[in-house]
Amino acid sequence: MSLAEHENAGNTGRAATADDAGTASAQRPATASPRAAAVADLVPHLRAILGEDGLLTDRSQRRTYESDGLTHHREVPGVVALPTSADQVAAVVRLCHEHGVPFVPRGAGTGLSAGALPHSDGVLLVTSRMRRILEIDIANECAVVEPGVANLDITRAAAPHGYYYAPDPSSQQVCSVGGNVAENSGGAHCLKYGFTVNHVRGLDVVTPAGDLVRLGGKAADAPGYDLIGAFVGSEGTLGVATRVVVNLTRTPEKTVTLLSAFDSMDAGGRAVSSIIGEGVLPSAIEMMDALAIEAAEAAVACDYPEGAAAVLVVELDGPTEEVDAQVAQVEHLCAQAGSFETRTASSAEERALIWKGRKSAFAAVGRISPAYIVQDGVVPRTALPEVLRRITELSADSGIRVANVFHAGDGNLHPLVLFDDAEQGAWERAEEVSAQILDLCVEHGGSITGEHGVGVDKACKMPRMYGPDDLETFDLFRRSLDPDGTANPEKLLPTPRLCGEQPGVQRDVHPLVASGHAEQF
Amino acid sequence: MAGSSRTPIPVVRDGTPQDTVGGLAPARVAEPSSTEELSRTLTEAAGEGRAVTLRGGGTAQDWGPPPRSLDLLVDTSRLSWIDHDPGDLVVEVGAGTPVADLYAHLAKEGQRLSYDPVRAGGTVGGAVATGASGPRRLLHGALRDLVIGMTVVRPDGVVARSGGRVVKNVAGYDLAKLHTGGHGTLGAVASVAFRLQPEPAALRLVEAEFEDRAGAERALAQVRESPVVPSAVELSAAPGTPFSLKAVLEGTPDGLRPRADRAVQAMGQHAQVHEGLPSGWGLRPTSGPLAWLSVPPAESVEAAALLGRRVGVEGCAPRGALHLSWPEGTPPAEVASVLEEARARPEWAATLVRADPGTDEAVDRWGEVPGLALMRAVKDSFDPDHRFAPGRGPGGT
Ligand SMILES: Cc1cc2nc3c(=O)[nH]c(=O)nc-3n(C[C@H](O)[C@H](O)[C@H](O)COP(=O)(O)OP(=O)(O)OC[C@H]3O[C@@H](n4cnc5c(N)ncnc54)[C@H](O)[C@@H]3O)c2cc1C
Repeated sequence: MSLAEHENAGNTGRAATADDAGTASAQRPATASPRAAAVADLVPHLRAILGEDGLLTDRSQRRTYESDGLTHHREVPGVVALPTSADQVAAVVRLCHEHGVPFVPRGAGTGLSAGALPHSDGVLLVTSRMRRILEIDIANECAVVEPGVANLDITRAAAPHGYYYAPDPSSQQVCSVGGNVAENSGGAHCLKYGFTVNHVRGLDVVTPAGDLVRLGGKAADAPGYDLIGAFVGSEGTLGVATRVVVNLTRTPEKTVTLLSAFDSMDAGGRAVSSIIGEGVLPSAIEMMDALAIEAAEAAVACDYPEGAAAVLVVELDGPTEEVDAQVAQVEHLCAQAGSFETRTASSAEERALIWKGRKSAFAAVGRISPAYIVQDGVVPRTALPEVLRRITELSADSGIRVANVFHAGDGNLHPLVLFDDAEQGAWERAEEVSAQILDLCVEHGGSITGEHGVGVDKACKMPRMYGPDDLETFDLFRRSLDPDGTANPEKLLPTPRLCGEQPGVQRDVHPLVASGHAEQF
Repeated sequence: MAGSSRTPIPVVRDGTPQDTVGGLAPARVAEPSSTEELSRTLTEAAGEGRAVTLRGGGTAQDWGPPPRSLDLLVDTSRLSWIDHDPGDLVVEVGAGTPVADLYAHLAKEGQRLSYDPVRAGGTVGGAVATGASGPRRLLHGALRDLVIGMTVVRPDGVVARSGGRVVKNVAGYDLAKLHTGGHGTLGAVASVAFRLQPEPAALRLVEAEFEDRAGAERALAQVRESPVVPSAVELSAAPGTPFSLKAVLEGTPDGLRPRADRAVQAMGQHAQVHEGLPSGWGLRPTSGPLAWLSVPPAESVEAAALLGRRVGVEGCAPRGALHLSWPEGTPPAEVASVLEEARARPEWAATLVRADPGTDEAVDRWGEVPGLALMRAVKDSFDPDHRFAPGRGPGGT
């Protein structure tokens, strides 16, 4: 079928030719969407580039891509492109560029900020057919992969050589390396090992103009501006990553996991501070509160110590002798902070048991509440106790339950705000609490997102963290690489369309100022 | 701005012979003492279309070619302040703060910025703008990996912040990456926030020399395969001297003893163990031509063998991040020929950072820069008139 049947194409009342798509809007009826027509016009060209099986135009097929992991934002993509090579990606993006049609890159669609939310009049560029591991290069301690490769598959391929890929988002079985690059994803172990940006040495990028550019490679410190560093975390707004060179890390000689139980969150927080303060650098420090423990217990019977109001999961890894010394130190510091029980696990099975409760927590909370919102704010570690107390107050005042499961070592909170989506107005009330939590984070000098990204979801919250000049500077950078605004538009930065009257990125003098009706200062 | 009780007025004076940069004397020198003053200075300079170069400690003014023009030199040394949150292992620092002051301050709290400066006497802003990392970059990364936030004054005078003061944060573009190693061509770094590490309780340096390339390669591979987790593995070679490897181990006193033994096993029984770092650790030569060389890590020893016959080669072998240094007065044709020899290899990149005065015409400093068109687009956006350190950007931009 052709996109002539596309629901929007009909609205235009005429079949636009590809050539006039960018300029014809003035002649169209006011209700027409020139971009929808432009997408329809692209279809034959896209088919020529991608082949029959590389393009989805059928609405029911396109619908399967309507959201990412944040499912309350939905939009059916204009068309779905499934390229198999960087050249195909480049050809598709060039076509979009020439016709002023937006494109949205998508990996596995696990993102939690609606960064891969499709554009109804655009091309959704899915990397799921680009999933070859091109090279495991142990001598250079790196892997070369296509963007659709699942994060964990790199570790699987490297493990026989005694190596692994360090960034480990909890979605690692499915999420793609391209998505990780776009979101600068971290994981429980980023406390010691850093985020995606610390592990990417080389990138092939298709720019918004459709040019394929190689940045960096197996060698570190490529000459010139660090464009790799700026591309990582750019959420698909600067182009498409088509090949990634990532560091491989030696599998640590020894890994020990501790589970320590406390009778208050404050005591748990004190333990976190003293562990870090004493110079121990665990690979992970995770914390759960009573509600999260209760949920995990109900779901997977993780058998955490009875009566714990807080548990810490602390992981230590490295050379055997260092780990042994640190285990003793952490046990001591937890006891000093008031822990009533600490378990230590060295074997893979015992460690998995400790992690089971933590890893199941999100899903488990889904069983004690019909729905929840996951927040991703960050606070300075020293502000953790205060912020957690305030969250408890917020929860008590609003009557909305909040479970806390989070990366305590780096202050990255993941409060789960529970609500019943069948109940009228419940989502709005939960959103309100969730927004207040973000405000708390910003008030304490933190961030609105530690790892899930801004996307659509937090674009309108950016002004809480950054001033107008900061936002305008982000936009200046974005436009330097995407002057026409076709790469994943309406994401990452606030716009009037997304945020209504909230301050957005202002590109020109505000119309009211220009007409003399308002001043700005 | 109306109603503000006091408008900051930066110190501005006439340029003196001490203020020349690459032989160019600036008409004026500004010494702003706050981000606001820096912004005011740069806004004015923008209005008047002045060419601007930044100076921190002045220790790297001979890095990069002389700017194509220079009207105003902005000296950041009054932008010196330290705001340290020991409990969060985070520090925010004014760009003009001497690196040595920052380190002394952090040491009092038992903390450190895990970065070995490559020059003595530099400022934090200068270190960030040049972006060069010393030997200890294997555990916590290069300097770029330690920056968590930055305030920059754009060439048009606008103050822009990116990142923040928390170690984990993905809100907005990481613009600090562009300024780290940007040589002041995209704006003036006003302050930087870093993540810190506790000072390790103990340190060992394990050092060995090798007459032949095969020995050095074998030792490096064995260190890589061993679980000792070094913070640095510094390789060096120079005409007429053997290859040398220096591995730095950091940790607890109990843990270090066996680790050092294992490092000795990996590097060979002739390896020696020291309890501290030699003086001048990580510092690069202060005169003579200097170049950065990036190679795939597995080819580090090969690079040392190939080029070490003609020039000093030193650097972080497991990252392939090396540098080349020649004695002052080396004929530019010789420098150019070594750079060409390196650039002829696939995936090797060589950038001449410092040339002897007057030899610029004879050497291509950059070679091919992948992504140059994108870098130019970024430069054109931030500094459309190319007033900031003109000619010092990538590819001579
Ligand atoms: C259960 C669950 C647990 C999670 N846990 C974590 C966690 O621990 N840590 C964490 O950081 N995140 C976590 N996430 C979020 C998510 O998995 C990550 O953001 C992940 O990196 C997204 O990868 P993806 O392939 O699914 O990307 P998508 O969701 O498909 O896309 C994400 C963004 O990347 C862009 N993009 C995708 N591919 C490319 C490409 N090749 N080039 C350019 N841009 C591209 C998209 O446009 C979009 O903006 C979790 C998500 C879920 C559902």
